[in-house]
Amino acid sequence: MNKSILNKKLLGSLLLAMALSACKSTPMVEKPAAVEEKSPVAAPAPTPAAPAAEPIADTSSVKEPVVSGNPLTDPNNILSKRSIYFDFDKDTVKEEFRPLIEAHAKYLAEHANAKVVLQGNADERGTREYNLSLGQRRSVAVKKSLNLLSAQDKQIETVSYGEEKATPNCKDEACYQLNRRVDIVYDGE
Amino acid sequence: MKNFIKFLQPVLFFAAALISTTSHAALEIEISGGSAQQIPIAIVPFANSAPPNQEKIGDIIAADLRRSGLFRVLETAGVASHPSEVGQIKYAEWSVLQAQAITVGNVTALPGNRLKVTFGLADVLKQNQLVSMEYNIAPNQLRLTAHKIADVIYQKLTGEGPIFASRIAYINKTKGRFSLQVADADGVNPQTVVSSSEPIISPAWSPDGSKIAYVSFEKKKPIIFVQSLTTGQRLTLANFKGNNSAPAWSPDGTKLAIVLSHSANSQLYTINADGTGLKQVTKSGAIDTEPTWSPDGKWIYFTSDRGGNPQIYKVSAVGGEAQRVTFQGEHNLSPHFSPDGKSIATVRRDGGKYSIALQDLSSGQVQILSDGGQDESPSFAPNGRVILYATRAGGRGALAAVSSDGRVKQRLSESGGDIREPSWGPLLN
Repeated sequence: MNKSILNKKLLGSLLLAMALSACKSTPMVEKPAAVEEKSPVAAPAPTPAAPAAEPIADTSSVKEPVVSGNPLTDPNNILSKRSIYFDFDKDTVKEEFRPLIEAHAKYLAEHANAKVVLQGNADERGTREYNLSLGQRRSVAVKKSLNLLSAQDKQIETVSYGEEKATPNCKDEACYQLNRRVDIVYDGE
Repeated sequence: MKNFIKFLQPVLFFAAALISTTSHAALEIEISGGSAQQIPIAIVPFANSAPPNQEKIGDIIAADLRRSGLFRVLETAGVASHPSEVGQIKYAEWSVLQAQAITVGNVTALPGNRLKVTFGLADVLKQNQLVSMEYNIAPNQLRLTAHKIADVIYQKLTGEGPIFASRIAYINKTKGRFSLQVADADGVNPQTVVSSSEPIISPAWSPDGSKIAYVSFEKKKPIIFVQSLTTGQRLTLANFKGNNSAPAWSPDGTKLAIVLSHSANSQLYTINADGTGLKQVTKSGAIDTEPTWSPDGKWIYFTSDRGGNPQIYKVSAVGGEAQRVTFQGEHNLSPHFSPDGKSIATVRRDGGKYSIALQDLSSGQVQILSDGGQDESPSFAPNGRVILYATRAGGRGALAAVSSDGRVKQRLSESGGDIREPSWGPLLN
């Protein structure tokens, strides 16, 4: 047996092991309370919603099409906000997302033909299958909130991507928490 | 000889490292584990009178034995004679090398493009033959035959069941494409079974090794497929509303346990291997997922968060009340049975890190087998001696393996690829 090769390989493994243990010191601690402050869609758009709100209420205004177009994609309209974020291993829909969910429920109630797919996601920690189930439970939680606000079952489909669409190699909670979300996707989008 | 080995086993290693490569190896295997306590064995290059350009059967055997961490393969180049039959062995030459065992062999051409492979294993101290075998094979079965010979040597000298003549399945994500691949257990000969631009997860071998069930997102939602490895034919096993995932074959291969969500939470079901006969097994308001069958087929062990955090539970395969199985660790996920049914491997979360743990089912004792971080997806080798799992290194997924006593560790990586979701298949015939 070639001892020098052996030693080189051993050294390689040790270096690798050290590199790995260095990585491990990256904090993985969850700080949900602190993070919620930084939530990317923490509140409805600060911009006054009045101009954009008109087309939503006035669904019969076919004669005067609004140039700003689709309320679902108008950046000034809360309906353009599509993501609901969650705490680690939780499916509780937080209070801060109530305005967003109310707006989409109202839209669905007023547009009986509109349909949405709720896509649940999870961060990469934990097993892929468990995260698939967790993403599903999150999408179901959002569906229940929409149902309570008069959106109909037949308008809503729930699916999960688990951790499969998560940004890989997150180094901190700010990164992880962006992956723990449900996206609202309208039919045809 | 056997007694000597039995004596050695408890005092095994933690040191060296070796790399096994061949020109067409996709997975590189790195081993840590091994010391002077390993069984010293001389593997004499096989005499070969068959057509050239054949793989060196002795090298394949040597790599297998090294990888187990239980053997020290001796350099044979400096020895004067290279016997190809046990009767030709000059034992004095090999005892100088301090070999305990020696293998010799021969590959000869047969009419009709066949090969005859003979091999013998001898005890150098007692100067007698331990075993001899003869194989009549097609040329493309040479690698498999080498693995079978390595298994014969391993069984004879360690008393453990065979392991090398088997295959592994895993998902390789390269350049945004997901491929379900099958390779020999030494990482050589990777073959793509199916590939997609959408994720593929949870490959599961049928007990006879002829099919693989897996979950594909190719239709923008998780659907379970079963694909034949011989014909390539594929069956949509479960495509119900919501998620279809986590397939696990029953030990007799007639059914699978699967997970369906419909429009609510993930629950366990069983379904016949042809997609008929769906039956619900659990009814809870919690997540129930990652089913695995006990080897006797009576129980399904699974992950559930019904107690607040994910832990392992068991339920009769025909349904009923579930009982909790794991009590240590913040979380336990992804249970997998050892082939003897005596223990389960789980993914255990402690302090936010995920490692592979082994729980003895009768005593409840738990041993942590991996260093922790983002380890997941454990599966046992056919003889139960090694657990293959997914880990991360350098920002990419890699495969790793650990002996079930925690003493020998291996890492398998592929340059450029992101490898995950390994599953060790059954022995090949």
